[in-house]
Amino acid sequence: MSVELLIEQLLNGLQLGMMLFLMAAGLTLIFGVMGLINLAHGSLYMVGAFACAAVATATGSFWIGLVASIAAAAAAGALMEVVVIRRLYERDHLDQVLATFALILIFSEGTRWLFGSFPLYLNIPPLLQGAVPLPGGGRYQLYRLALIGVGGGVALGLYLLISRTRLGMRIRAGESDREMIAALGVDIRTLYTVVFALGAALAGLAGAMVGALQSVQVGMGEPALILAFVVIVIGGIGSIKGALFGAILVGVVDTMGRFLLPKVLALALPPAQAGAIGAAIASMLIYIVMALILALRPRGLFSAQA
Amino acid sequence: MKKILTASIVGLSMTVAGLAFAEPVKIGVITTLSGGGAGLGVDMRDAFQLAIKQSGNKDIELVVEDDAQKPELAVQIADKMIQSDKVDLMTGIIWSNLAMAVVPSVVAQDIVYLSPNAGPSALAGAKCNKNYFNVAYQNDNFHEAMGQYANKDYKKTFILAPNYPAGKDSLTGFKRYYKGELAGEIYTQVGQTDYAAEIAQIRDSGADSVFFFLPGGMGIAFMKQYAQSGVNIPVLGPSFSFSQDVLPAVGDAALGVKNSASWSHDLDNEANKNFVEAFKAEYKRLPSIYAAQSWDTANLIVSALAKASVKDKDAFRAALKAADFKSVRGEFTFNTNQHPIQNIYVREVVKEDGVLTNKIIATAFEKHGDAYADQCKM
Amino acid sequence: MTRETAVNTGLALLLVAFPLAAQAMGEPFYITLATRAAILALAAVGLNVALGLGGLVSFGHAAFFGLGGYAAGILSTHAFNAEPLFLGFEGTASMPWIWLVAAVLCGLVALPIGAISLRTAGVYFIMITLAFAQMIYYFAVSWPAYGGEDGLSIFVRDTFPGVNTALPLPFFLICYALLLGGLALFWLLRGSRFGAALEGARQNPVRLAAVGIAPFGIRLTAFVVSAMVTGVAGALFADLNKFVSPSMLSWQMSGELIVLIILGGKGRLFGPVAGAMLYVLIEYVLGGITERWQFFLGLVLLMVVLFARGGLLGLLAGKARHG
Repeated sequence: MSVELLIEQLLNGLQLGMMLFLMAAGLTLIFGVMGLINLAHGSLYMVGAFACAAVATATGSFWIGLVASIAAAAAAGALMEVVVIRRLYERDHLDQVLATFALILIFSEGTRWLFGSFPLYLNIPPLLQGAVPLPGGGRYQLYRLALIGVGGGVALGLYLLISRTRLGMRIRAGESDREMIAALGVDIRTLYTVVFALGAALAGLAGAMVGALQSVQVGMGEPALILAFVVIVIGGIGSIKGALFGAILVGVVDTMGRFLLPKVLALALPPAQAGAIGAAIASMLIYIVMALILALRPRGLFSAQA
Repeated sequence: MKKILTASIVGLSMTVAGLAFAEPVKIGVITTLSGGGAGLGVDMRDAFQLAIKQSGNKDIELVVEDDAQKPELAVQIADKMIQSDKVDLMTGIIWSNLAMAVVPSVVAQDIVYLSPNAGPSALAGAKCNKNYFNVAYQNDNFHEAMGQYANKDYKKTFILAPNYPAGKDSLTGFKRYYKGELAGEIYTQVGQTDYAAEIAQIRDSGADSVFFFLPGGMGIAFMKQYAQSGVNIPVLGPSFSFSQDVLPAVGDAALGVKNSASWSHDLDNEANKNFVEAFKAEYKRLPSIYAAQSWDTANLIVSALAKASVKDKDAFRAALKAADFKSVRGEFTFNTNQHPIQNIYVREVVKEDGVLTNKIIATAFEKHGDAYADQCKM
Repeated sequence: MTRETAVNTGLALLLVAFPLAAQAMGEPFYITLATRAAILALAAVGLNVALGLGGLVSFGHAAFFGLGGYAAGILSTHAFNAEPLFLGFEGTASMPWIWLVAAVLCGLVALPIGAISLRTAGVYFIMITLAFAQMIYYFAVSWPAYGGEDGLSIFVRDTFPGVNTALPLPFFLICYALLLGGLALFWLLRGSRFGAALEGARQNPVRLAAVGIAPFGIRLTAFVVSAMVTGVAGALFADLNKFVSPSMLSWQMSGELIVLIILGGKGRLFGPVAGAMLYVLIEYVLGGITERWQFFLGLVLLMVVLFARGGLLGLLAGKARHG
């Protein structure tokens, strides 16, 4: 095994982590500010991917599709908040689970109704095709590097938004004391809608960018949703920093597990068997890591509400 | 008097001749019409309905229900179709794990089941059943064909499949006929969407070819990421990731890929030409292999109904087993385990008039059966 | 008799009258449907011990439902093929033994899962239980011995002394009896000192600790009992379908069990029963009308949560007595 391959795999893990971060950031923001468990976050990811694929096919431009995906997911998110979610803030988590579970069913079948039963086509833009040389030899795919860049950029942007802007101040205030900021004259209903739409837009962005690598199809959101939940729980719910750290941890652990476990087992077992057992353990690995972390730190690594 | 007698004899013989047609027949179709795998089920259902319509047999009634790709739901629907709708025959299931859930109990109740797609090895071998007819393929077939074909050009193949029974059957099938060495063998996670780690290993392995079996969205994701990665080792695979339902989503990344199947839309026979034309005219799209297999299943049923009453189980099973219909796959007969003996072709993905599709370039096997028929004691 | 008791009695009678009527009319499928509702209700009654009494929202109860199913599948496969299991143990096709094994197995698995998960609370608890269920799910998918993703068929339904379980109605009655047993257990637990302690642990753990009861032990017991009941339901579900597969272990299944409870009414004895009956009915009716049934199922569930707070029982029997 060469050093270049190891570096490439670490980058693959980092890239997977950055994509998970985009999903997880919105989820953790919504939970932190509104205290809402949103199972339908994966549906917003799917909306982003479908919007991007449909618009990119119609216009021939991935970039217009990308803008459309953010707009469509934010609009779907705002609509979802105003029509349904708004009524759930005062309820307990169970009602939120049921309502957003119902939204998953509605969005999945609704999307199939609109776009048909077959997966859609979406490819990476010509500008980002090809690979670039890495320092120290080896090459890495440009699009995946761009994904890492976008993830990092969004993390920085969110940090600045929350620590430096008026909206961010209100979000922080909303996290710590809801009644107080309402008493201070902040329109809390609008604030919630804006935060929800922001989280949705991030999910839509993730859906569009991952959609270019994967299959744009109904049901694509739920696996991403489960992973995003793992991420925010590891990181500490409500913490953007925790989401970033958790996402990178999950991305790297998952990728390296898939890559290394069969090789390690192959030292002791015949290859076919080592492959199968290694793959089985690799698929359980992130959940094992999550259980270990929560057993040691029951509120995740960077809990915002300690 | 004589006249009346003749008339009544004519009338009598007409009823006898018409008997096979005049009796209503109910066919239960359980298939996947919602969720990510709905495309396969929709193609299967559309072709089935069209074939029944074209056959002119007005006495066939279809009961179609969506299994949402959930085994427990499929079992419940099967119970309903048998106990409540009182269907005479069943068909429609796309996925192996759903077939394994439904088929054993259906055939045990003496209902004939015809598989239009899945062919798990358990049902082909020791657990074969006189009421189970597979009109599609045994699961190993396409992979065996690819292993056979790979011998021609390649000596060092990298193989990968998901870590579940169909995935293991696939790699076993490939290795059964492949004589070269393996550059690597990877089992991926079920439902995995990111293949960067696997592609990096393929690049690193020094392989001269890659064989993969990743059905549904997994295959689309793999092909796109493989093409984007710039690795240009030739790719081989069974037809599932290069079928007409997914090709548009894979895009030009699929161009030139060799894949194995028992059917292609350019297969040169009369029945196939009619089928492709009729399907295109009705649904404004090219049919997939699922549509083709389903079309054959429907026509097989129609041919058997013309010979025997569905109520006379023995005669009806014999009529099915004769496979006296014009298959779109050309020559088609049933093996001793009631699985197909058919040619398996190698196809290449090409672009015709701006549409991605397949064209036959070789025949991997002629009159190919399966490896489990010997274990079937029927 | 309070209004809730009347509604509960009505539901219990309806659930048993329906298959009897179906039997009389020669429509055995409706017996199967009622059996499905009864089994799902039992699984949800199990979950309700943790969720309703203890306030422990487990998003991983599919793990126990599936393990119970696999206990039935594996024991009966070994009995059918006359292969010894391990350590000289034999398989068995006798339901009481299978239920016992399913319950003990689920209890043993729930013990460490609960011990670790109960260190957390709130959303963290929801997610850590999900994580454990996902581990078991992926293990089942990739473990080849018992079919992996393809699942495991039970060729002949397991037996119960003196009853022909192959017929739909006797099998329904077995499931119904177990459901009543599960409800009785729930009712007894709720009224007992243990139930009061559990209630206390839910509402004010500090006060409970002050009177010398450790909330941890109480909660862990509730979690383990809950898992055992759900495990028995899983064994029945495998026998109903004559099939068990990893989809019984999936997170969607865990979600469905929670949905059943909320749909029927949280914190209610008969909440899971009402929820399961309604869910199975909606699924069946919509599935027969349109292939877009999941869309309308989603709409119905949404309407219930938005406009019928307290679920079906909230509508029928008024507000719950306690929160």
